[in-house]
Amino acid sequence: MAKGVVTIVVERCKACGFCVEFCPTNVLALSSAFNSKGYHPPHVVNAEKCSGCDLCGMYCPDFAIFGRRVKTESQPQPGKEVADAR
Amino acid sequence: MHADPAGVLTGVHFIDGDHACCEGCLAAGARFASGYPITPSTEVVERFASRIPTVGGVFIQMEDELAASITMQGAVWAGAKGFTVTSGPGFSLMMEHIGYAAMTETPCVFFDVQRGGPSTGLPTLPAQADMMQARWGSHGDYMIIAVCPNSPQECFDLTIKAFNFAERYRVPVMVMLDEVVGHMTEKVVIPEPDKIEIEPRRHTKLPPGEYKLYGTNGDMVPDMVHAGEGYRFHVTGLTHDERGYPNMTPKVQDSLIRRLKDKVTRAYDDVVLFDEQDTADADVVVVCYGITSRVAQRAIDMAHAKGLKVGKFRIITAWPFPERQIRALADKVKAFVVPELNLGQMVYEVERCAAGKARTVHVPHAGGSVHKPEDILKAIEEAIR
Amino acid sequence: MSTKANDLVQCEACNPVEQFLRVDRIPHIWCPGCGIGTTVNCFTRALIDSKVDLDNLVVVSGIGCTGRVAGYVNLDSFHTTHGRAIPFATGLKLANPKLNVIVYSGDGDLSAIGGNHLIHAARRNINLKVICVNNLIYGMTGGQTAPTTPDHIITSTSPYGTFDPNFNLPHLVEAAGAVYVARWTTFHVRQLAKSIQEAFAKQGFSFIEIISPCPTLYQRRNKMGDGLAAMKYYKEVSKVKNGCPTSEVGLTKAGEIIVGKFVDRDRPDYLELMRAQMHESLGDRYVESWDREGEECECHS
Repeated sequence: MAKGVVTIVVERCKACGFCVEFCPTNVLALSSAFNSKGYHPPHVVNAEKCSGCDLCGMYCPDFAIFGRRVKTESQPQPGKEVADAR
Repeated sequence: MHADPAGVLTGVHFIDGDHACCEGCLAAGARFASGYPITPSTEVVERFASRIPTVGGVFIQMEDELAASITMQGAVWAGAKGFTVTSGPGFSLMMEHIGYAAMTETPCVFFDVQRGGPSTGLPTLPAQADMMQARWGSHGDYMIIAVCPNSPQECFDLTIKAFNFAERYRVPVMVMLDEVVGHMTEKVVIPEPDKIEIEPRRHTKLPPGEYKLYGTNGDMVPDMVHAGEGYRFHVTGLTHDERGYPNMTPKVQDSLIRRLKDKVTRAYDDVVLFDEQDTADADVVVVCYGITSRVAQRAIDMAHAKGLKVGKFRIITAWPFPERQIRALADKVKAFVVPELNLGQMVYEVERCAAGKARTVHVPHAGGSVHKPEDILKAIEEAIR
Repeated sequence: MSTKANDLVQCEACNPVEQFLRVDRIPHIWCPGCGIGTTVNCFTRALIDSKVDLDNLVVVSGIGCTGRVAGYVNLDSFHTTHGRAIPFATGLKLANPKLNVIVYSGDGDLSAIGGNHLIHAARRNINLKVICVNNLIYGMTGGQTAPTTPDHIITSTSPYGTFDPNFNLPHLVEAAGAVYVARWTTFHVRQLAKSIQEAFAKQGFSFIEIISPCPTLYQRRNKMGDGLAAMKYYKEVSKVKNGCPTSEVGLTKAGEIIVGKFVDRDRPDYLELMRAQMHESLGDRYVESWDREGEECECHS
């Protein structure tokens, strides 16, 4: 059971690659999808490895991703992706 | 509201213009100054440094005029009334921050004790050659208010007016004196605190969330807030909208810049101060300001003794320029005589407003001393012919 | 009534950073791979962890890419003139010592045009926290040489390569008198957040240099890849040396980047010194501050 979950604000992403590179457990990869600006946002490829450390969130220069720890009893939605930016 | 007694040195004093400016600042409620030494202005802040620790407030001598001109603006946004003091070379350095104060609508006062220029010029001798610079010195379109005292008493009185204008219109105000007025020692009467009217900071009554940093309500002047009060506001020198957010479009530029100008020009009747004497049936009117007005008075007296009909229009507020009065006089008089301690600055404003209806006779002086009354009298006599 | 950063982090699905952002102004203007946004995350992490009172917090910035930070944070903030954030911040702090004043600006703004103010504020030990994002170039204006640009770098004003020696900023500010000096890169996010937190608690002039990528101008013009390449480079060549003498932490084009907390010392800050001197000279006659309660600020009734 994953200890953490990642939320991605797809429309903010500029595909810099920081989150993919520096996730300590390789949870992420750049997807082949496009956001409306033409960037490939990341997506979760190893949800069960997510520890919720939020290093992705700390690295992201565009505030487009963050991770958080979840309580083990709750059912987190793996790699919940948010289609629109606020 | 009345002046805070802590800053008011009530009594009859024998002090020079620089010192009187300092007392004016204290009486007006200024509790922060940042300065940098430059002759002949330094005494203003020297006295402030000596007085403020027993009144309550801070003086800091900064490392240059670039810093001095913005440090006091930070203090203003933290809640203080602030000012800085300089002369020609320092005034030039302060231009960017005069523009910043105008753009961000930071109420503050700049003193320029004018000396011979350009460049290092004559550090200890007078001139009046920064007058246009006071109006146009910073880049871009903006409006300031500038006043010209001609005595130590006026240094005190006009300083208080300067602070009041600054707060009322949220604009930087220049006090343009010159080395002679700054260093002449005369009687200065400082009244009781309850006889001194002070304009308080126009702080908003709206709570955070409702308040807009540059929202205006009819008089074109926004109410202010200070850092640390929970308003979470953003101030920028970039062209900005009512929220204070950068909004760099021609539309916002137009509305912002016009408002910055109009909020002052529409206050003409309040801010344009002058002293008009004997102009009702004058043939010639001498338009003068600062120390030159004292010399001009002697010349006018000499002219009166010869039976000449000469009036005097003393400019007290140089900017906004007293256009209405000059235009009205241009319809009635033969000529304006404009002596100034420069090679031509305010004379061009007079000429512009005269619009050819009256002659404009210029009495320039490169600076370093004051005019001889005889030179002004000669110009009056030539103008009357 | 004060607002602690932790009070705001209640929403489970909220990016904790967003509470500190003017979300209506996002997306920001910074390029893909630029590290400034990363530094903002570290700054907000420090705000949360140190539980600073947000109502007392003021961010002052100058002009440049990093200077835009003031406009994106949801705090009392001032976007001032080029090089003059530090004197403006000094005025804020001296007029209201209760304010917690952060200067957040770039290397060109702080060390070139602002250099004089940098060293004097450090000398005076004004209680300011200076976050200097050093991307080794003037980014906003199109990639000109900065005093921090290393050797043999192509910039728009050194089209044949730089040759003038660059500043060692930690050394400069330590010599000028700073009491807290640290350097990290945007790779060192956790250490950076911790350093900022330490600076908040420090009394006196604190300076944190953050080496950050400028992909569009510095990296691209010098064929060094993109922002990610810079981050990997930081990871590879950085060496953490806490307490390292600052004379040894100069930067070169391809040499190691020494990071860490270099200086952490104590000396009285400007206000302490001022009060002590005034008390000594004036005794009871000294009045520290004007009577704010007596001032009628709400004039419009």
